[in-house]
Amino acid sequence: MEIIYLLIPIAIILVSVGIWAFFWSVKQGQFDDLESPAHRILFEDDGDMIPDDARPDHSDKTDNTP
Amino acid sequence: MTVQRTQAPASCFHCGLPVPSGTDYTTLINGKAQPMCCPGCQAVAKTIVDGGLDGFYRHREASGAINDGRLAAESHLADELALYDSKAIQAEFVRHISSEQAEATLVIEGITCAACVWLLEHHLGQQPGVTQFSVNMTNHRARLVWNPEQTRLSTLFAEVLRIGYKAHPYHPNREEQLLEQENKRAIRRLGVAGVGMMQVMMMAIALYAGALQDMEARFVEFIRWSSLVLATPVVLYSARPFFITAWRDLRTRNLSMDVPVSIAIGGAYLASVWATVMNTGEVYFDSVTMFTFFLLIGRYIEMQARHRTGKAGNALMDLLPASATLLQEGHEKMVPVSELKPDDLVLVRPGHTLPADGIITDGESAIDESALTGEYLPISKAVNDPVVGGTINVEHPIKVRITDVGANTRLSAIVGLLDRAHADKPMTARVADKVARYFVLAVLITSATVATAWSFIAPEDAFWITLSVLVVTCPCALGLATPTALTAATGTLRQQGFLITRGHVLEGLASATHVIFDKTGTLTEGNLSIQQMQPARELGSHNPYAIAAALEQVSEHPIARAFRPYFQIEACNTRITVNAGVEGEVAGTSYRIGKPSYAAELYQGPLPEQPDRERQWLLLADRQGPLAWFALDDQIRKDAAFTLSALKRLGMQIGMLTGDDSSAAARVAQELGIDTVKQGVSPDQKLEYINELQASGASVVMVGDGINDIPVLAGARTSIAMGSATDLAKTSADAVLISSELERLALALLVARKTRMIIRENLTWALMYNLVALPLAAMGFIAPYMAAVGMSASSLIVVGNAMRLSRRPRLRRKHRE
Repeated sequence: MEIIYLLIPIAIILVSVGIWAFFWSVKQGQFDDLESPAHRILFEDDGDMIPDDARPDHSDKTDNTP
Repeated sequence: MTVQRTQAPASCFHCGLPVPSGTDYTTLINGKAQPMCCPGCQAVAKTIVDGGLDGFYRHREASGAINDGRLAAESHLADELALYDSKAIQAEFVRHISSEQAEATLVIEGITCAACVWLLEHHLGQQPGVTQFSVNMTNHRARLVWNPEQTRLSTLFAEVLRIGYKAHPYHPNREEQLLEQENKRAIRRLGVAGVGMMQVMMMAIALYAGALQDMEARFVEFIRWSSLVLATPVVLYSARPFFITAWRDLRTRNLSMDVPVSIAIGGAYLASVWATVMNTGEVYFDSVTMFTFFLLIGRYIEMQARHRTGKAGNALMDLLPASATLLQEGHEKMVPVSELKPDDLVLVRPGHTLPADGIITDGESAIDESALTGEYLPISKAVNDPVVGGTINVEHPIKVRITDVGANTRLSAIVGLLDRAHADKPMTARVADKVARYFVLAVLITSATVATAWSFIAPEDAFWITLSVLVVTCPCALGLATPTALTAATGTLRQQGFLITRGHVLEGLASATHVIFDKTGTLTEGNLSIQQMQPARELGSHNPYAIAAALEQVSEHPIARAFRPYFQIEACNTRITVNAGVEGEVAGTSYRIGKPSYAAELYQGPLPEQPDRERQWLLLADRQGPLAWFALDDQIRKDAAFTLSALKRLGMQIGMLTGDDSSAAARVAQELGIDTVKQGVSPDQKLEYINELQASGASVVMVGDGINDIPVLAGARTSIAMGSATDLAKTSADAVLISSELERLALALLVARKTRMIIRENLTWALMYNLVALPLAAMGFIAPYMAAVGMSASSLIVVGNAMRLSRRPRLRRKHRE
């Protein structure tokens, strides 16, 4: 049980680091827009990063992306 | 009579408007030629595809919801943009970070979904010299970092325009900066309370488990000290707003709900600190942090809704153009509107907005004053007629001598009425605050009595029994009763397209007795449409819709806009006569459309008889004689009749206030069965009427949309703006009907009544629990830990009851009259 003398202070230090990071991110404006990031993740703008041989069917150009 | 449509036209792939038949604008998107309605949309779509950003069309939520390409086709905007390169204007919103980097904040017009944000960021990011361009979807602001040596700012503004959006420089005012700070502070408080609550809860579980398994005293003491460390920032930082308001309320001798909340948080925290330091009794750090966190969530949601429409700072500016064409010794010069002075002579082209109040010195034209009066039909003005800043010149270029600028303009005067109206607004006393007043007194008196009594009976137990009493009566349930119900109801209504921006709306709606509507734009659609076509002779191969649309295509008049969907063929040699009509040739034949007398001049014959006198009729004629009549009217919203009957069933008195003094107002009222009608009233008179009603004890809900409604929206106890309303109207209203569907209003009323009922249930329950528990605690039967469990349980019941409001109520259509 003595281990809690070590673990709980570590936990408190981690919490303070977390709070500091949170304050920093609020200051950076990361919480200003809570709407668009949820959609942004779904946008496919990495078409040019897919290797040619991994494309499902590159003969049909009109249907290469859903 | 229904509108006779020739055929359902294909819709533009870019903006969703119908494609006029006979035109052939297409753009190759994803290898497929897609139809476009106009060269503007075509150009925008081409820019998007050429930039490799065609993903935009896959990402957007619904076609047609987005900007229309016509904006991009307006070439005059390009000249206006050159203004933004001038150092004097840039000084207001551009910040130089280093010698090669400058930063600007812009407001972007036309953003409707996340795909717009994606498109803007990628398109602007591709421009040379742009280091960073990030768009905030919530407030439509963009941050631009670029190299001014490499690219001019006007080029970047033009690029935004090229993909169909419009950028304005953003001038933050003090109020908006404060809102932003408030928002950030609230997020930080919420975050600290959330993290603190979770950590303290973990410790609390260790303590509860330890109590059952006989944990060694030294460990218990250590965990208590750790909880104290974690709970302290929650109380001192997160809960601060409660203490501050409570202190303010106490000083003004006004007991609000924040007072018992502060006593509970502060009292339980201090008692727990005492218990930890003295190593006796019980600690309540878990309850303290949890209570703080839940209350903060409610406050945060309420604040977010309030900020959502809080774009007040730029709302007035949006009505005025950024630049004006100044005439100096016969030369035209583009100047920013802020540099205009009285006695300056400006040129206002058709389609442009008047920069300030003035008098016409040359030319005659029709002026669209809908922004001020809500009336959609332009008023014709000639030399020496006064014109008002913010209104739009529709037909011909005019020269205007400026008389008033800035704060002296009519527009500013209307906004000035706002403050007066706000000051007179009746205050809504919150039920919870009334209860709180008695409750706090009762608790304080009881605790004092208990403490005195027990100090005689058993002085060593007195402290702990008094603490039990305080914990048992902890107003958690009472404190949560109202906010949880309001939060749940606000969330439900928001999903239904009814956005509440101020806290008193639900109480105001629940107790409403009168619902007063504005006419144009609220009960009606607010724009003209063709209601009926009646041939005046055998038509043969003539298609009157196509001919009329071809002629009207050249005009910017609202009447002409009603013909846009029927556009098929081009007319040539067109000529507009102010306040009369249009003449032109279609397929080699001359036609006239407009006022009957004007059209009749073409065939030099007698006027045919007008089908009826109630509506506005346009005559189309050729050289042989009259061809067809068109009836134009502002259509009543489809759901207006149903909503009004639903409201009447709920016991509301319906009224209508309108600036329109024509017979149209009476007809709308008659058709919808509205008894109380005030027509031809000015914004001041509207406000006066509402104030009189409210003085006689009525609780008024006002629904409106125009700038002319702003004072009355601000003065009514509860005010609702339509989603299509001007920004300024939305900010002065307490709630917004996002989808402009009136039906939601009846729904909101039902939810408001249900909310009131649930708040009452919650308050009753919380008080009953306290009444039962208090005597037991006072007699010393309840150990502090039992008090804590009971308190949590009663809070959960209150929260659960409030959650019933998240179910969507239904308006029964079968009762339809």
